[in-house]
Amino acid sequence: MTLDAVVVGSGPGGAAAADVLTRAGWSIVVVEKGRNHLLDPEDLSRPATDFSNDEVKFLQRHFLGPDPLLEPRSFRTGVEDGDRLVVGDVNSVPSTVGGGGTHADGKVPRFREEDFRLLSTFGPQAGADVRDWPISYDELEPYYAEAERSIGVAGTAGANPFASWRSGGYPMPPGAPMYLATISAPAAERLGYHPYPAPTAANSVAYDGRPACNNCGFCSFFGCPIHAKGDPVALLTRVMATGRAELWAETFVSRIRWSGRRARGVDVIGPDGVERSVDARHVVVAGGAVETPRLLLLSGLEHDLIGRHLMVHFQTIAAGVLPVRLHGQRGRSVTHVHDDAIVGDQRAAAAAAEAGLPWIRGGMVEHGTPALPIMEAVLYPWGERHRQLMRDSPYRERLAALIMQGEDLAAPTNRVDLDPHVKDVRGFPVARVTYRGGRHELVASDHHGANLGAILGEMGAERISISTSPGVSARGGMSLAPESRHVMGTARMGDDPSTSVVDRWSRVHALDNVVIADSSVFVTSAGYGPTLTLVALAARAAAHLAGTELSPTGPEVSPGPG
Amino acid sequence: MMPVWLTEREHATLVAACTRLIPADEDGPGAGMLGAPEYIDTLLGAFSFDPPRIWAGGPVSGRHGGPPGAFARFHRLNRLDELAWRTRIEGSQGLPERERNGPVVGLQERYRRGIEALGHDFAESPTEVQDDRLRRHQEFTDLLYRHTCEAVYGPPEYGGNLGGAGWRTIGFDGDVQPRGWSDAEVSGP
Repeated sequence: MTLDAVVVGSGPGGAAAADVLTRAGWSIVVVEKGRNHLLDPEDLSRPATDFSNDEVKFLQRHFLGPDPLLEPRSFRTGVEDGDRLVVGDVNSVPSTVGGGGTHADGKVPRFREEDFRLLSTFGPQAGADVRDWPISYDELEPYYAEAERSIGVAGTAGANPFASWRSGGYPMPPGAPMYLATISAPAAERLGYHPYPAPTAANSVAYDGRPACNNCGFCSFFGCPIHAKGDPVALLTRVMATGRAELWAETFVSRIRWSGRRARGVDVIGPDGVERSVDARHVVVAGGAVETPRLLLLSGLEHDLIGRHLMVHFQTIAAGVLPVRLHGQRGRSVTHVHDDAIVGDQRAAAAAAEAGLPWIRGGMVEHGTPALPIMEAVLYPWGERHRQLMRDSPYRERLAALIMQGEDLAAPTNRVDLDPHVKDVRGFPVARVTYRGGRHELVASDHHGANLGAILGEMGAERISISTSPGVSARGGMSLAPESRHVMGTARMGDDPSTSVVDRWSRVHALDNVVIADSSVFVTSAGYGPTLTLVALAARAAAHLAGTELSPTGPEVSPGPG
Repeated sequence: MMPVWLTEREHATLVAACTRLIPADEDGPGAGMLGAPEYIDTLLGAFSFDPPRIWAGGPVSGRHGGPPGAFARFHRLNRLDELAWRTRIEGSQGLPERERNGPVVGLQERYRRGIEALGHDFAESPTEVQDDRLRRHQEFTDLLYRHTCEAVYGPPEYGGNLGGAGWRTIGFDGDVQPRGWSDAEVSGP
């Protein structure tokens, strides 16, 4: 029997596509190279119990993968660095059933209208490739609304004065603000900013058969032990319950087999290490914006744009120590954000003009606090002062951080390609990331970083420091790989096959039956986390592929507060 | 309890060394008596256990409600997990499947050499001498300190943080599922 589709990757994008396809009656296989710790192996339509509040397992021992000894990546800042600077963990998103959804703390904002028409709204930038998307926010809005229902998002409509328009309220009211936010949000407001409860895929109330979040605090970097997070568990359990899907975990897709304009299926290597071919009428690729271009290149597709225009978020981190204890180990990792740095103001315009740039845009600013003791302990020196520092805890208990996920403009030199020498455990070339922030990112970071520092000052913080990831030296040089796990843009969407890899329905221009269902297709990075947008795009692409209409699935949305 | 991988002598050196990294004070014993050497011994000898003691189980430990024991049921490793962790712990040892991107020096070898470099008389030496030797072997001490922090502030199921004493010394509650925190505890001072 030939499958209707094989879906490569079980993260939020692959899960969203699988959900639409199985509801359309398609028989599919979801292939995932990582292990299954998300679904009960006895009954894949139920969640598993493998996740836990365990800092060793999740942060020190690669439980969610990828293990850099098995699946390294390489990194360089530019061709002048030679083949590579480092080999190891480079922008890795979990390689496990559920993908990047499992380790996130679930902030899932929508993009804004102008993020889809950046070029026509703001104009070009030297050194960057600024473009409009071929689709508008309005076209995507119904899919945003459906994504919020299907994964379960808590938030307050109207709380963010800069938000894009919405066809309805959030499915749930926001959860409890962390203590830090009760200090940072008023301080930001006093300085004229507009903080609001972050739209978050963590249940504030019981939702869709999953419990309310109980604020355990092991959120960012951790799988949720009670499945209160809107990681793809809701989508995947529903997919498996249809009986029309199989999940093949620990199975690596080494190649899309194709001839002419059509894919015939994929080659896979299963848990036993044996390679075999799988025939399928359609292939949905959802490996993320690093692994997806790698697979296209391993499959012999030759479009020069495959892998180019990699965008991350250029992170600016302002941190300061407060006199009071913030107990950041309780609750979610971030509960409040503000968008003022995205929208900009006259001072931002002046900073751009002074730097000789036509405009700058920052990103969403997250109000957060780190909270875990191993993470903290290794930052302090060993010896007689260690335990006193751990008790005073300027880092774990009293550090306030404001982190801006700065918009990164697409540049053709920032890219993913195949490393010429480094191989993964199965013998295939690994992805090599070449990345350096551009002048826009540096100027925007400088300007908005100072603003973040001022908010910390207003909060009463001391020892305020401002840093970036990737780091920037005094001479303007870039450090090693950016920390951002938000990767986008490596198989760009567009109407013109000479300037894009996929069409407006996320279908690969060169292959009529291959669709990309992850953030590879993004044309701009916006200053917002990519998850909700990639879920909406994946569902839209899958609906078009199957010829079905969008049909709401989630629980009824009551007109929530606000 | 006998160490599973370290010699008794090496274990004694680690007890002394870990205690210099996180010394005792009025709130509790040093890392050497909080299980740090046992955590390291369990990692170095992880494959003496079935399943290997790499990833503790879930979803709850029983310390804050729910049935006890799940953390102590370690996850099984698949073929590739075992390859990665044997390579990391035992080193690549010239085996082609462990050296795809070059040789890997294992943790066992780094510990055996590092402990030897601290000196056979380390455990009996005065603390100033111990600190001086730790400073002079910075690469090994950095490794030892990271593992000592993991031991003292990680879940006790990995062999360290005896009875949760490491968490108690710093006022940290550790894993809190299924109890969690109330909204008032999250939002209030």
